[in-house]
Amino acid sequence: MTTDSKWGKETLRQMLLIRNFEETADKLTLRGKVPGGMHNSSGQEAVAVGVMSALDPKDVIATTHRSHHHTIAKGMPVNIVMAELFTKATGCSGGRGASMHLADVENGHFGGNGIVGAGVGIAMGAAVGIKQMGHKKVAVGFVGDGGVNTGRTWEAVNMAVIYKLPLIIIVDNNQYAVETFVERVTGGNDIAKRGAGFGLPSFTIDGQDVEEVHKYTLEARNRALAGEGPTFINALTYRYYGHNVGEKGQYRTQEEIADWRSHRDPIDRFSAKLISEGALTQADYEAMINSVAKEIEEAVDFAEKSPLPDVSTILDGVDSGLLGASK
Amino acid sequence: MSTTTPTTPTTQQNPTYSEAFQSGVREEMKLNPNIFILGTDLVERGGHFAQVKGIAQEFGVDRVKDSPISEAAMVAAGLGSAMYGCHPIIDLNFIDFSLGAMDEIINQAAKIRFMFNRPVPLVIRATSGVALGGAHHCNSLESLFAHTAGLSVAVPSRAYDVKGLIKTALRSPDPVIFLMHKKLSGVRGEIGDENTFIPFGSANKVKSGKDAAIISYGYTIVSAQKAAQNLAEQGIDVEIIDLRTLYPLDTDTINETVQKFGRVVVADEAPMFGSITAEIAATASEANFKHLKGPIIRVGAARAPLSANPQMSEAAIPSVNDLVEAVKKVMSY
Ligand SMILES: Cc1ncc(C[n+]2csc(CCOP(=O)(O)OP(=O)(O)O)c2C)c(N)n1
Ligand SMILES: [Mg+2]
Repeated sequence: MTTDSKWGKETLRQMLLIRNFEETADKLTLRGKVPGGMHNSSGQEAVAVGVMSALDPKDVIATTHRSHHHTIAKGMPVNIVMAELFTKATGCSGGRGASMHLADVENGHFGGNGIVGAGVGIAMGAAVGIKQMGHKKVAVGFVGDGGVNTGRTWEAVNMAVIYKLPLIIIVDNNQYAVETFVERVTGGNDIAKRGAGFGLPSFTIDGQDVEEVHKYTLEARNRALAGEGPTFINALTYRYYGHNVGEKGQYRTQEEIADWRSHRDPIDRFSAKLISEGALTQADYEAMINSVAKEIEEAVDFAEKSPLPDVSTILDGVDSGLLGASK
Repeated sequence: MSTTTPTTPTTQQNPTYSEAFQSGVREEMKLNPNIFILGTDLVERGGHFAQVKGIAQEFGVDRVKDSPISEAAMVAAGLGSAMYGCHPIIDLNFIDFSLGAMDEIINQAAKIRFMFNRPVPLVIRATSGVALGGAHHCNSLESLFAHTAGLSVAVPSRAYDVKGLIKTALRSPDPVIFLMHKKLSGVRGEIGDENTFIPFGSANKVKSGKDAAIISYGYTIVSAQKAAQNLAEQGIDVEIIDLRTLYPLDTDTINETVQKFGRVVVADEAPMFGSITAEIAATASEANFKHLKGPIIRVGAARAPLSANPQMSEAAIPSVNDLVEAVKKVMSY
């Protein structure tokens, strides 16, 4: 299947933007610019961009501790994301959240999360809201291969099935939870089958193929909008860096990482396809790489120059105050 | 660094707070084959704070089990196996993650002995306290656990207490919440030998003083020591009491301290509203009203979630200066 050139270029550009963001932010983290560190999503771009490109901008997502890629693909400007990593006042959460707590609830980003497994439940709840209010939208909950071992994830999946909710569950399955290989902690070793056991369409797909991710998400979205309920998608992907920035560990081989990078990289694969189909020239591609790099440079500059949050605001917004306060 | 210390004949250098945990657990595991550890990333990585590093290699993966990220099932595994006769250590990594297993802890583990007359020798270990990480990684939940009948709560501030308290916990028939402060993980100190057990409910006098006392625990002990230095320069000699466990609480030492000085500050980094410092201030005031020269002053955190921004987070919890000011205030009465 040949790719629509305009869609293809934008999709590729987004993946490049995420990759450059992550590699830049990783270095900045090592230089102490990102309080609390960050989880690098390099290698997982196709899952984020494939899903998001199949959604409407008003659709809802709720995600995990590793969510820069989801957030950028959802459309948050990279300077706002970078500023949040720097815990600056101009970040999306005003510097309160940093890397793990990116959000823009107004625009359907219901938040990254410090708690593994929390995202699917929140997205499921948003889907309840969508259905209650008769809106034509879907909600997407992201979870990792480690997160699928939390009970709360499956309580949410079951509820989505019985209420036929417009929910898509995406397992951003990078095959490791910190240093633990997925097979060591996954009974039955088939996450999609686990999903199917709850009685919803459930697929394992190639998460390094952005078009495949896009296609499965689009079909899931159409089913959801037609009132047919939720879909479960287990997207196989790979993270290139350690769990946290700076971590290496002996739990996987350099050959394994090199193999994923050289044979299955989502950006290399997709750019090669576009070039071979004539949808993109080598010169276009290089120009795209440069423009993305410039955008990230500007984002870093913005984050650097942004003010820190005002410490006198630490008590602001804990509650609305409408019920009164202790005096 | 001292070259040799009488209490640690086998090591040249004093162990870290995390290594003290390893040491205590190793000794008890050798003696009790029913002790096992279950948690995430324990076997190869040795836990997120190196607290069990090397133990799987020594005792095998049947006794150090890597777990899926399934906190409710992790605590349930500990609870059921403890009822059955094991002595599990469930490693929850961050105490924040216990919130996904609250029923297993508060409704089940804490109540089994009372309801069914069956011991629950279960240790739930986690890091606690405020460091980087923000809203979901810095909750101070110790008051909640101390509030729950049936649970004991250990909050060591130095390597010696980590080892002595975990050894005691591993001989106890009751569920223990064992909270290790993140910011203390790498701090070195002496540890006791295999026969050194620190009883729960026994506070430690970190420093004696003549004028006033700070009663505290965990990382705030470090801040209190800095405050004491600062106050000494201003001519105020402050005593520091480290509670070491929050339940049982060493009320004898608390009462003696209040009676001795009549000027007392109680401090920690948990939100002050409804916290353990409130419990201490209230009961100590009731019991020692005649001895007080002024109110017991509490120092604690704002009633707000913690931010990832370090300045915001620091501003929410007590500083050394807050402790200095609180002591000056009790001195002013
Ligand atoms: C409830 C809970 N338990 C444990 C953790 C600690 N933790 C943070 S990320 C992580 C691994 C998650 O693995 P996975 O779901 O595969 O996501 P990935 O990091 O691979 O994106 C763990 C154990 C947590 N944040 N929350
Ligand atoms: Mg993973």
